[in-house]
Amino acid sequence: MIVLPQERLSRAPLTLSHLTKSYDGQVVVDDLSLEIQPGEILGLLGPNGAGKSTTINMISGVTPPDSGSIQVFGYDNGKEFIRTRRLVGVMHQDPIIEQYLTIAKTLEIHSGYFGVADDPQWRELLIEHLGLGPYLDKKYVKLSGGMRRRFMIAKTLLHKPRLLILDEPTAGVDVELRSRLWDFVREINKSGISVLLTTHYLEEAEQMCDRIAVLNQGKLVALEETKVLINKIGDQKLKIRFGKPLKAVPEKLNVFPHVELQTDARCLSFTLKTSGEMAQVLQIATQLGLDIEDIDVSHPDLEGAFRQLTDAEASA
Amino acid sequence: MNTQSLAENLQLRYAKEPVTYEPSLPLRTLIKKEMLRMGSIAIQTIVTPVVSAWLYLLIFGVSLGNRVSVLDDFSYAQFIVPGLILMGVIQNAFSNSSGSLFMARYLGYIVDLLVAPLSSGSLIIAYTIAAMVRGLVVGFVIYVVSLFFAQIPWPYLGAGLGMAMLVSFLFAQLGLIVAVYANSFDGLAMVSNFILAPAIYLGGLFYPISLLPGVWARVSMLNPLFYMIDAFRHAALGVGDVSFGLCFTVTGVLSLVLFIWAAALIRSGTRLA
Repeated sequence: MIVLPQERLSRAPLTLSHLTKSYDGQVVVDDLSLEIQPGEILGLLGPNGAGKSTTINMISGVTPPDSGSIQVFGYDNGKEFIRTRRLVGVMHQDPIIEQYLTIAKTLEIHSGYFGVADDPQWRELLIEHLGLGPYLDKKYVKLSGGMRRRFMIAKTLLHKPRLLILDEPTAGVDVELRSRLWDFVREINKSGISVLLTTHYLEEAEQMCDRIAVLNQGKLVALEETKVLINKIGDQKLKIRFGKPLKAVPEKLNVFPHVELQTDARCLSFTLKTSGEMAQVLQIATQLGLDIEDIDVSHPDLEGAFRQLTDAEASA
Repeated sequence: MNTQSLAENLQLRYAKEPVTYEPSLPLRTLIKKEMLRMGSIAIQTIVTPVVSAWLYLLIFGVSLGNRVSVLDDFSYAQFIVPGLILMGVIQNAFSNSSGSLFMARYLGYIVDLLVAPLSSGSLIIAYTIAAMVRGLVVGFVIYVVSLFFAQIPWPYLGAGLGMAMLVSFLFAQLGLIVAVYANSFDGLAMVSNFILAPAIYLGGLFYPISLLPGVWARVSMLNPLFYMIDAFRHAALGVGDVSFGLCFTVTGVLSLVLFIWAAALIRSGTRLA
């Protein structure tokens, strides 16, 4: 039995250095370097084909990088792959179907692949918390989409990884389950487990992640604290609906560059860069005694955000 | 999902625990999974080849066998039993490793293995052991069934067991190679139906090649299956066309070549996921 030194767990859970990968001459991941801090949730965002899944595949050992290095808690992912894979738990984007075994049997043996003996209490706990109990005698193909996600999360956690990688964990999952899955991930993270996740939903990344890395065409175009990045790619839309129509945009609110009174004269629409500006607008509207009926805030969509970031990159 | 209790358990049972790793467990787990898979398809694993061998024995051993004699002192049923046993070993060792690895590739759950701390050596060992077990179990069951039709003296039992194990190893490797290259189930079936089956039939399963005209006898000796079947029959009945030494050398060298090929393919990992 090998016991990994505890001191290792205080090192950076993941360090990517100049990682590059090409398929058929096309560069999919281009000189990617980033580091996850202990206990951090890092979001990896990018449009389809940005290289997110390839990056995750390289970290998890599914495909080797062409060049560059990957370190997990200071262990080299190539030379010391036994240790790095023991420490990492990956939930891949595409469902993984083992069609011969029942859910119960799969969960019973799965941690063994990682050199970890089955811990029935831990397994039961995951089954209970993820609501898999009624499905234990079924095979994977008989599960609904949501149940498959829960099963895959349970499978990923069975060997008690210290770095959790979630590739689009909520893709195709309904709103309620999505929220419950994120609660679950938060709880895991609170116990000190670092998380790398990809999602297509900027709002989710904003709520979940300490920092966000944005990939575009394989290149890292941004790596910032979530708040800083969200403000940077800003352009949040604020709509204030009033009980009574306005004659014009109030003078004090007209100082904001992108303000518009909509055709029914009961709605003011603002395009704002920062959350601070939004607070200012609301404060002024309240001070003016405007009859506010409803407030709607919408964040930039991911595609728009990527466009801004990549345009900024191109002009830099 | 009761997250409060989960959080407590995470703190107590997970994050504070030392990170341990039992080196032999991944390999043992994969072998166990392969055995469970085999058990879950026991009917197609065991019953199909046994029924097939039983039909061969019924048709060639009982119905036509009384009119055919290819070896002095032995009935035709006795003559074909060693070949039928070896055919079961070959086909099942091949289909187990090729089917299991190809399904894992095709359906994508090979990723489960690639992200685990399993070396390429462990993958090969596990798939090989499972394939050998299936091949040898099927071979043994066919032998038991054949006892209703013919008694086999086994003058060289050790050589017979050795050849059966070597053959199961060899076809486990071939199965792995085919599984890595195949792009569809048709590819697997093609190798099984158009390469393996003819090679077995033309390798002397139903006749000794000494009965063939000169040129065809020499052509048959280019078929490696001939050496395997001949050695196994030699071990079972005490009569063979060529020496044990030559048969084991041909089979051993071929096994080694296929093993190196399979190991290189699995190690490179390029076509696995």
